[in-house]
Amino acid sequence: MTADTLRPVSGPPDSSAFVLSVEGISVVLGRRTVLDRVSFTIAPGSFTGLIGTNGAGKTTLLRAILGLLPVSAGRVRFAGDKRSRRNSAIGYVPQKIALEPDMPLRARDLVSLGYDGHRFGVGLRSKERTESVDQMLDAVNATGFADSRIGNLSGGEQQRVMIAHALVSRPQLLLLDEPLANLDISSGREVVDLLARIASEQHISVLLSAHDMNPLLPVMDRIIYLAGGRAASGTTDEVVSAETLSGLYGAPVDVIRTHGRVLVVAGRGSGEILAGSPDPLAGLG
Amino acid sequence: MTSITADLGPIIESGFFTSSPVHVGLIVGGIVAVVSAAVGTFTIIRGQSFAGHALSDIGTAGGSAALLAGVPTLYGFVAMNLAAAGTMELIGIRRPRGRDLATGIVLGASLGLAALFLYLDTTYSNTTGATVNVLFGSIFTISGSTVPVIAVLGVAALTAMVVLYRPLLLSSVSYELAAARGVPVRLVGIGYLAALAIAVSLSAVTIGAILSTALLIGPAATALRLTKRAGTAIAVAAIIGVVATWLGILLAYDTAAWSGQGQGWPVSFCIVAVVFAFYLAVSLSTRHRPSAITTPSAVIADMTH
Amino acid sequence: MFANFMINAWEAATIVAVVAGIVGFFTVLRGSAFAAHALPNGAFAGAAGASLIGVSALVGLGVFSLAGALTIAGLGRRARNDVATALTIVLMLGLGDLFLSRTTEYAPEIYSLLFGEVLGVSGNEIGPTVAIGAVCALAVFVLYRPLLLSSIAPEVAEARGIRARRMDLFFLLVIALTTTMAVPVVGALLIFSLLIGPPAAARAFTSKPLTAMALSVAIALITVWAAIAISFLSNLPVGFFVGTFGALDYVGGRGWTAWRQKRRSGTTEAPGATEARSAIAVG
Repeated sequence: MTADTLRPVSGPPDSSAFVLSVEGISVVLGRRTVLDRVSFTIAPGSFTGLIGTNGAGKTTLLRAILGLLPVSAGRVRFAGDKRSRRNSAIGYVPQKIALEPDMPLRARDLVSLGYDGHRFGVGLRSKERTESVDQMLDAVNATGFADSRIGNLSGGEQQRVMIAHALVSRPQLLLLDEPLANLDISSGREVVDLLARIASEQHISVLLSAHDMNPLLPVMDRIIYLAGGRAASGTTDEVVSAETLSGLYGAPVDVIRTHGRVLVVAGRGSGEILAGSPDPLAGLG
Repeated sequence: MTSITADLGPIIESGFFTSSPVHVGLIVGGIVAVVSAAVGTFTIIRGQSFAGHALSDIGTAGGSAALLAGVPTLYGFVAMNLAAAGTMELIGIRRPRGRDLATGIVLGASLGLAALFLYLDTTYSNTTGATVNVLFGSIFTISGSTVPVIAVLGVAALTAMVVLYRPLLLSSVSYELAAARGVPVRLVGIGYLAALAIAVSLSAVTIGAILSTALLIGPAATALRLTKRAGTAIAVAAIIGVVATWLGILLAYDTAAWSGQGQGWPVSFCIVAVVFAFYLAVSLSTRHRPSAITTPSAVIADMTH
Repeated sequence: MFANFMINAWEAATIVAVVAGIVGFFTVLRGSAFAAHALPNGAFAGAAGASLIGVSALVGLGVFSLAGALTIAGLGRRARNDVATALTIVLMLGLGDLFLSRTTEYAPEIYSLLFGEVLGVSGNEIGPTVAIGAVCALAVFVLYRPLLLSSIAPEVAEARGIRARRMDLFFLLVIALTTTMAVPVVGALLIFSLLIGPPAAARAFTSKPLTAMALSVAIALITVWAAIAISFLSNLPVGFFVGTFGALDYVGGRGWTAWRQKRRSGTTEAPGATEARSAIAVG
């Protein structure tokens, strides 16, 4: 399979107005080629899912976009200019941050740091900042625990605070690393709805990674499917097809659609499920 | 014997092999190095280097109290360390930051106590060299009567390590997994801490409380840069530890002979210097390899191969 | 105890407490307890070496603690942080041992360097002590926000352009400087208690970061003043009281936290918290 079949199956409506353009990114860690000439673009206001199994390279790709690790080839362009790490136009929500219950920091303080945490000095009270912080806390439904110690919050609450933290600097793109990984089905659905709502209200693009695309199907505009270090991007119908994915995996792959859920299964031998959670009851109720 | 020494001239000064303090030093140093290497390897795997270091300083309170009571300092160290290690296990804070903080507080309080005892030592018992002796030790001034005790304790600690090897390794790498497999993790943890307390006490009386961490962490860290397999690492660490100790003793002896006034470099410094030199040498020569052990899971990943 | 000759002691102690409270806030936040213990020990070697060549102890302290900070940062690139710190501390202390062996009339000074000396700071050393202390405090205030973000969420900070490595090194240097000015008063082995006891206690009483820092300073001041006063009155070493009171600070803080949690365990926490928690447990 040549690289041609792996080019984005369809480009965004207006290719010049992209928020993020990843062009031929390759990342080699040790002796392993984790990412191999990955390319895609993110359009303004779009909701994109980065799908792949654990170990497929999702986190690596996100970190490469953020400049947290070096790329061996290719480049990342952001809204036309040279992307610099200081560019606060990307809001990043990591999968987990280590917080201790005793930490003297409230949810509100953490979000404030999203506003001006990169500036020098102590940051005296500012009406503008307080208003922005309040607004974002409200947007993620965190106003109720805004003054609680950050370490005392549940995982889901902490995640919402981190989302508010990323949003308060008014980014153009919100990047989330496996936000659904540690949540149960209904909490996951809440987060997806929240993100979709925020994305449309604030005209922000969202790129989030997940190993199961099903919770995202209702809101996802485009999908980037990562397998074996290579990626295919486009709309769900275009990418999640037996043809495209077989090309991506380099082996026969079946796509099963049933009851509004998608299952990607190895076409030969094991019948191993490659993507999509096999839990039959997961989508009900 | 004399012809060998004559040939090696300035490298091994004459009298080295016949000197009685040197004999004691080599034997005791060897035992302590091996015990420290075994316990130290686990200490690094478990990410408890701070606790390991803290215990030696904490023991100082016990050692200086023993001095005040006229008892050999070794007993004071052992008693204090066992108590402290037991307390750490009881408090059992799991999160590393909280655990380090608790360790630090106990350390601070113990040092405060040590301050008090050493002050009383120098004021009332008239042992002027108390501070330096307890904190920096000297392998050459270990009394003959303590040697058998050191040997016994050393063997006991080593036996514990041998017996606990597999369950300790498993529970160090994954506490939950070990517990699920029926390993008595609490007991194993206590066993490890007891061995640590003894190891630290032994090295505290030989190279001093403040420097005992060198034998605990140095050779083990060096070994872990060379191999990921825990068993191999312990063996390599033991060898490095013993060689470093013996070279250190030799260096101290030689510098004493060279200076002519019997004022050589302190043996504790010599041992530490050699340990550190080994670490640097290995560290620089393995510079281009990915870091050896960064997480405990790297150890078990290798264990299953 | 407020006689003329004690004024220096009070002045020096006050400055030390203020700086320790400020720097200690971040020390505890970042979990740098080991480094905060290691650097002063290294500084001790510097003081020993300084006296050997007839230079002011303050210079020796400064050079060695800064060198220690650089060594920990340097070794820490390849090894894990705690291993790097352990190795650095033994290297420095070993050197200290070497320097000490060269001089014979040093015994009482060793003690006061390690455990503190109420009258450890002479009149003409107050100036440099204040200066170094001011630099430490200023450094922390200037880099307050990036340091805070990097301490809590290093990856997010990194994505904003705040390099974690630089912050690590910067903070180690700040601890090194704090060590330099504080060792003559409270001793190399016990400055550490001041850096972690008061901040650990302070965080029990407030959840706001700046308030916690201010409270940390207040508790440090009380701790040091009490230690000096009682040391003076009882003629027992000041280090003993610093270590003990530092531990009491910590225990007090944890006790308060435990009591507060007990009181609150009947009532609900933030709305939605318990719900979300059980939802996650089910999933």
